[in-house]
Amino acid sequence: MTIHAYKKSKKQLTIFFVTLIGITLLSAKLTNFNFLHGIQTLPKAIGWMFSNLYISAQSLEKFPSVLEKLVETIFLSITSTTTAAVVAMFLALMGSQTTKVNNFFASLSRIIASVYRNIPIVAWALILLLSFGQNALTGYFALFLATFGFLTRAFIETIDETSSSSVEALRASGATYFQMVAKAVMPECSPQMISWILYMIETNIRSSTLVGILTGTGIGFMFDLYYKSMNYNVVSLITISIVVVVIGIELISNYVRRVIL
Amino acid sequence: MALLHVKDVSKHYEKGKNVLSDINMEIFEGEFVSIIGPSGAGKSTFLRCINRMINISEGDIHFDGIDVSSLNKKSLRKHRTKIGMIFQHYNLVSRLTVIENVLHGRFGHKSTLQGVLGMFTEDEKMEAFHLLEKLGMSEHAYKRCDQLSGGQKQRVGIARALIQSPKLLLCDEPIASLDPNASKVIMDHLQSISKEMNITCIVNLHQVDVARKYSDRVIGLNSGRVVYDGESKALSSKAIHAIYGSEAGSLIME
Repeated sequence: MTIHAYKKSKKQLTIFFVTLIGITLLSAKLTNFNFLHGIQTLPKAIGWMFSNLYISAQSLEKFPSVLEKLVETIFLSITSTTTAAVVAMFLALMGSQTTKVNNFFASLSRIIASVYRNIPIVAWALILLLSFGQNALTGYFALFLATFGFLTRAFIETIDETSSSSVEALRASGATYFQMVAKAVMPECSPQMISWILYMIETNIRSSTLVGILTGTGIGFMFDLYYKSMNYNVVSLITISIVVVVIGIELISNYVRRVIL
Repeated sequence: MALLHVKDVSKHYEKGKNVLSDINMEIFEGEFVSIIGPSGAGKSTFLRCINRMINISEGDIHFDGIDVSSLNKKSLRKHRTKIGMIFQHYNLVSRLTVIENVLHGRFGHKSTLQGVLGMFTEDEKMEAFHLLEKLGMSEHAYKRCDQLSGGQKQRVGIARALIQSPKLLLCDEPIASLDPNASKVIMDHLQSISKEMNITCIVNLHQVDVARKYSDRVIGLNSGRVVYDGESKALSSKAIHAIYGSEAGSLIME
C-alpha cells in the first residue's frame, strides 16, 4: 500500500467515527434521552433490585409449580426446534447452490426462509394469537416459524460450505440426487447442523419466556402473573431458574458439540 | 476408432467471452495424455465438458461412440459411470471411512435405494479391498479420511474412480497439492493404471517435466485454444514457451 492510500484509509476511518458519534448525539436529542440522567438513576435502580428482587422462604413454596412450567417451556422449545429443523432441512436442500433442484425452487426457498426469519418472534406470537387463541399451540407455532426461517438459512450455508466438493465427486461418478444427499451431504453436514439445532434450543428457551407472556402459557405466563401482582420475590425465583436452565442447556450443548465435531 | 472424439468444441459463459474455442482432438484407448497450460487456460473446464459436468456451447463430443451432448438424464448417468474423475482437493467425504469412500464409486451402477441404504454386494466389497491393496492403502481401510495425508487421500480418490470400472480417467491437477514424494507415488500409480488396465488417462498438470516424463502425448492449451498437440518426446522448449506465452529463460523449470 502506498503512503497516500494509507492516509486516505485513515481519513475514512476518522470520518466514519465522527459520523457515528454525530448520529448517536442526534438520536439522543430526538428521543429526549439524557445520558447524565440515565447514569444518575442507575444506583437507585440497583438499590430497588436488591431490596425487592430476592428469593424469600415464602416464594420457595412456589418452586414446584415454577419447575413444572419450566419443564413445559423447555419441552415446547425442544419440540418446536426439532420439528422446524426437519422442515428447514428440506428447504435448505432446495435452496443450497450445491444441492438445488433448479434455480426457481432455490430462489423460492431462500425467499421463504428470509421472510420467516425477518418477522420477529413477538410479531409472530401476536399474529398467531388472533387465530389460535391463548394456548401452548400459539407459542409452539411462533417459535416454529421463526426457528425454521433461521435454521434454513444456517443449513444452506452449512451445505454450501462443507459438502460441495464431495457432491461434485459423486455427481461425476454418476450418483443420483438422493445418493448424494444421503451419502455426502448428510455425513459432512450433520455435526454442524446438530450444533445449530442446539443453539436454537437455547435461544428458544429464552424467547419462549417472552412468547409465554404474550400467549399466556408456560413460564412466561407465570412471570407475567407474579410481576403484575407485584410479588417480586417469586419473579426473581422465576428469573433465576430460567437463567440456571439456560446455562445448563448451554453447558450440555457445548459438551455435545465437543463430542460430535 | 478413437475413444474420445472432440470436434469444434467451444464454451462460453457470457456471449463473446470464450473459455474454450474450436477444440479438436482424438484420444485413443490406453493413451496417457497430459494437458498443460497457464492457469485460466480452460483445462479444468475442458475436462468437465467430457463428463458433462459443464455443458458445451458449440461442437460435438463423442465418447465410446456416443454423442455426449444428446444424452438424457438416465443415459448421462450411465455415461458418467464410464468416466472416473480425480480432483486436486481429492473431494472425499472426509467424515466417512476410506472403504466407504471407495464404495461411493459404485453408486452410478446402483439404484437410488440401494445407494442410500448402502447395500453393496460381496463382490463390490472384495473389489474395493483389492483396489486399496493395489494402491498400498489396505491398512488404512477403516480410518476416517480426515486422518489421512494428502497422498493417501488422493490414492483413495483413485480407488474410488477405479471401482467404477471406467474406460477413461479424468485427473484434474491430481498432484497440485502434494509434495514431490507423494506426487511421484500418484503419477506412478496413474501410469501403471493406464498401462496395465488399459484405461485412458487425461491429466491436467502444471508440471511440464512431469507431463513430459509420464505421458505419451501432451496437449497445450492457452486462452481456450489448443496450441500444441503432439508426442511428449517432441515437446521442445520453444513449444513450451508458446504454450505459456513466456520468453525463453523465464520459466522456473529451466
